[in-house]
Amino acid sequence: MEDLYSLVDWSRAQFALTAMFHWLFVPLTLGLGLIICCMETLYYRSGDVRWKHITKFWANLFGVNFALGVATGIILEFQFGTNWSNYSWFVGDIFGAPLAIEGIMAFFMESTFIAIMFFGWNKVSKGVHLASTWLTVIGASISALWILVANAWMQYPTGMQFNPDTVRNEMVDFFAVLLSPVALNKFFHSVTAGWVLGAVFVIAVSAWFLWKKRETFLAEKSMKVAAWVGFAGILLVSYTGDGSAYQVAEKQPMKLAAMEGIYEGSNGQGLVAFGILNPAKKSYNDAEDPFLFKIEIPRLLSLLATRDADGYVAGIENIIDGGYPVKNAAGEWVTAPSANDRIVEGRAAIQALADYQAATKAGDVAAATDAALRLEQNYPSFGYGYVNDLAQLVPHVPLTFYSFHIMIILGGYFVVLFVVVLLFSYKKMLARYTWLLWVFMLSLPLGYICLEAGWIVAEVGRQPWVIQDIMPTFSAISRIETSAVQTTFWLFAVLFTVLVVAEVGIMLKQIKKGSELK
Amino acid sequence: MENEKLRGSHVISRIFYFYLDGFRSMTTGKTLWTIILIKLFIIFFILKLFFFPDFLNTRYDNDDERAAHVAKELTSVPSEQTPF
Repeated sequence: MEDLYSLVDWSRAQFALTAMFHWLFVPLTLGLGLIICCMETLYYRSGDVRWKHITKFWANLFGVNFALGVATGIILEFQFGTNWSNYSWFVGDIFGAPLAIEGIMAFFMESTFIAIMFFGWNKVSKGVHLASTWLTVIGASISALWILVANAWMQYPTGMQFNPDTVRNEMVDFFAVLLSPVALNKFFHSVTAGWVLGAVFVIAVSAWFLWKKRETFLAEKSMKVAAWVGFAGILLVSYTGDGSAYQVAEKQPMKLAAMEGIYEGSNGQGLVAFGILNPAKKSYNDAEDPFLFKIEIPRLLSLLATRDADGYVAGIENIIDGGYPVKNAAGEWVTAPSANDRIVEGRAAIQALADYQAATKAGDVAAATDAALRLEQNYPSFGYGYVNDLAQLVPHVPLTFYSFHIMIILGGYFVVLFVVVLLFSYKKMLARYTWLLWVFMLSLPLGYICLEAGWIVAEVGRQPWVIQDIMPTFSAISRIETSAVQTTFWLFAVLFTVLVVAEVGIMLKQIKKGSELK
Repeated sequence: MENEKLRGSHVISRIFYFYLDGFRSMTTGKTLWTIILIKLFIIFFILKLFFFPDFLNTRYDNDDERAAHVAKELTSVPSEQTPF
């Protein structure tokens, strides 16, 4: 068993490394792309050729990021087939269909229009070029939609039915998968977070130009456009983040409890604005206080999670023990089952699957029918059947908690940042204070930290599940050698490091070169 | 000159010359395309071929065998577990 968990840990680490690396490129493509669209629209509407040069400068940086990031996501799909074969088989076409659509759309839409975007200056009309730029960015955003639909299904499996003959979940309602509230929130939250990163990137690079007293027209104009895009982005991020938190509270209460470090739930639960977790707390049910220090906003978490300031928010212990009021899928208030109840159901589901397989092989129709019925009744807890220690159901609380709070604090910081940039921009004082330019420049890594932290919250917070309640990581894995996964982990680490170094090097060269604007 | 060459020609030729001229006039793009091609080679011809064989496709010939394997994997685990 120890070997299994080592294999699971390495496979998870490899997937996390690849996904986090991929997530360095995607949001900048989405955000910088939108800013370029806005700039080119200004060129189209005003006819001012300076906007054309500004657009081309940022489009070059967009191209560098796009080129270095392209196909890095494919590696994730390789890992599904090699490291996560039980999962790959088990999810069937539900996961495959969105990924296939993404691949086709990405290829046809992005590759067609990005060519016009880069090669089409002075060869196609201004209108066609502008349309191509917009369609490239829309295509990239739609690509993100399909990936996030697949991810959202893992967090909230819906629109499917398990087929015990094929041992696969089969899609029965495409629109339930596509339009699930988790998918929609996740899509808009992720894309608008990309707008924020794109804006922070443009502001940081422009601040460098102002500090160097170069490209001042480009820098000042770019900062204004970026700040508006970033401001719109951060407002939408806040709105969709609130929607995401509400969905998490309903569908993944353990994740919410980990995000806020709540072990004992209550009515009128406060939101931890800032806190330091107690490192002495080693288990969900030991007597240690979870916090060394915290500043809490009274009742706010209840309001956000339940839309009622006195609403009940469960803690980790409550979720393990059950017995608190919770809404079921039909929207009725029921008593939450304990984790042990669900483990019993999960094991019954797994036994029913085994019985069904045996009965089918023996040609015993009655036994197969009975087993299928038991499987269907207990299937919502299928994954709990693999749990042999209740602690496995608790995600890594410090990582989830700190990532969530870093994301929130930086989100608040970006609101202030964009407002400051806009204020100073309209007062034409952007270049006046060197220290402020440094603040703008140093905000760039904060943008990446914020987005990676968001990804950690979403993915670490849902552990141990690869499919919520249905399949934990330790039953999703392929029985391969741990050393094979370790080897490819380090190969990726080297490959990704080289790509990041290349990206930064080429970007810096392009930035130093400046625009064609004289 | 280029536009004159393109004007009046067949749409396929125009698309061809559009791309050809685009690629020819690239500066940083040439470096980027080199990186893309090296990256794709590493991903598809090294990583995929030698390090990431599809676990089920390389071990089993058809879907029935793959389903049987996954069913065995998923139904054999509980017996190994200790009581909670």
